[in-house]
Amino acid sequence: MKTLSNILGLLALIFLTTSCADENYSVTEVTNGIFYHQGIDEDATEQNIGAIANVGFIIGERCVAIIDSGGSYLEGTYLRREVKKHTDLPICYVINTHVHPDHILGNAAFKVDSPQFIGHEKLPAAIAARQEYFAKTFQEILGKAYTGTEFISPSLTVSVEKPIKIDLGNRILTLTAYSTSHTDNDLTVLDNITKTLWTGDLLFINRIPALDGSINGWLKTMQQLQTMDLNFVIPGHGKAGSDEWQQGLIDQIRYFTILRTGIRDIISNMGTIDEATETVGLQEANNWELFQQYHRRNITASFVELEWE
Amino acid sequence: MSSRIFNLIVISFSLMSFGLTSYAATPTEPLWPTLKVAYFGDKVIEEDANTLLVIEAPKRAEDAAIVPITVKSLVPQTADKYIKNIHIVIDNNPEPYSANFHLSPDLGLIDISTRMRVDQYTFVRAIAEMNDGSLHMVSRFVKASGGCSAPAGKDAAAALARLGKMQIRMRTPTVGEPVQAQVIISHPNYNGLQFDQASRRYIAAHYVKNINITYNDESLISVDTGISVSEDPSVRFTFIPKVKGTLKANVTDSQGQVFSEQKDI
Repeated sequence: MKTLSNILGLLALIFLTTSCADENYSVTEVTNGIFYHQGIDEDATEQNIGAIANVGFIIGERCVAIIDSGGSYLEGTYLRREVKKHTDLPICYVINTHVHPDHILGNAAFKVDSPQFIGHEKLPAAIAARQEYFAKTFQEILGKAYTGTEFISPSLTVSVEKPIKIDLGNRILTLTAYSTSHTDNDLTVLDNITKTLWTGDLLFINRIPALDGSINGWLKTMQQLQTMDLNFVIPGHGKAGSDEWQQGLIDQIRYFTILRTGIRDIISNMGTIDEATETVGLQEANNWELFQQYHRRNITASFVELEWE
Repeated sequence: MSSRIFNLIVISFSLMSFGLTSYAATPTEPLWPTLKVAYFGDKVIEEDANTLLVIEAPKRAEDAAIVPITVKSLVPQTADKYIKNIHIVIDNNPEPYSANFHLSPDLGLIDISTRMRVDQYTFVRAIAEMNDGSLHMVSRFVKASGGCSAPAGKDAAAALARLGKMQIRMRTPTVGEPVQAQVIISHPNYNGLQFDQASRRYIAAHYVKNINITYNDESLISVDTGISVSEDPSVRFTFIPKVKGTLKANVTDSQGQVFSEQKDI
């Protein structure tokens, strides 16, 4: 009898672990008609199916816009299933906030809806330059969750300083493209009626921000975001809501300002990247999740930019 | 020399096709035995030459596009016995043979650094070729970066806009004392593996081929570089200016463009 219950327990355990990502995948309503799935503060793995970034959708009276499609084809299919739970309206747009895999690898899951894919004007070039590398790397990292993944470039692009508006049916979204900040292809989505901003990775809350663009450009963009009049913010990573985002921006500005000041000192004294990674910004270690994984990289990326000031 | 270049091309292509067919991020077969024959023929290479050389590289490539690599010699350069060349090989890169530093005995000591692209888990090797022709190797294993960094550049437009801009940076030099200097050139260093969707073509390789650093017109370091070198190539080195003079760097890229910069000591 004991053996049987052990076996049953084991079977239940196996069932739970294999189906856990599926069963637990759900979205939260931020405000009327805006839903998101909060990514987990981990690096992508087969177990977390790459669902490490915030992804979601906005429902209008006519149709639905997806904002970031997920970190794997599998996450894309879960997100699409969540859309179908909340509405029968068609999916007319898939908007990618930037090139990183945790935001674009789910695109192919929406091909069946024939949506218009939208991104920054530099997104197609950024995908082209990275897709071979991402395909190799993420196939290995994500295993089965990767199966079905395709790199889909936007057919409609947004230029810097020329925001566009799209209508989901009595719901106008403003899409704004930025000059190089987190990456060289960052895009935000503003829902005008609820004053809700999807920042993409221009804002990380709790998880350490990862720099893949320009430290100077990103700092400028963050100051610009601080002045916006918003009711709700959905960051690229971390909790969405009305209260967290201002402090999130302050934290992110503090972190990058410490980096910039420290690195400038080292550069002016003929120091090296290694000296910078060993000394700059270590006091920030306890303020961020995944600090050890990304901090040195942020220093490296900032260093080679600040050398040209 | 031309047969050597031919060898490099053949091996690059065979590695590319190997990468495509197996389609694994990390090749399971060690490539070094094949690479060794391709680049050095049947010459004997002393492995783990730790009494002669030190190679420094991060354990993990924090940013796949920028991996600092430093090579130092533990034995001073003298007119009788000196390191003539240091070859850098990155086994698992698309073009493993990454750089060849031609070094002058006048450098006094070898302490050179550069920045490389590292695509995946790989050995990074420095092979010193002495003036007597003997070969001595040190190596480090570098883990690939995690997450979203790619060997592609971060801001292609910015890099292109300042193409050819150069800097020679130095701590205040004193005649007769070792001084650290750095030569950087702004260049996108396109590796020819990037596909441009707009034109449906690969962006032609366009990279820095040679950086020649001289003091009073005598060569100190001349580096033949390839597509493994990071965007905005950088060479740091130490030398001893024996008299007052001019430190000069000439850079030639794969399209034959020449850039130069100089600084008086």
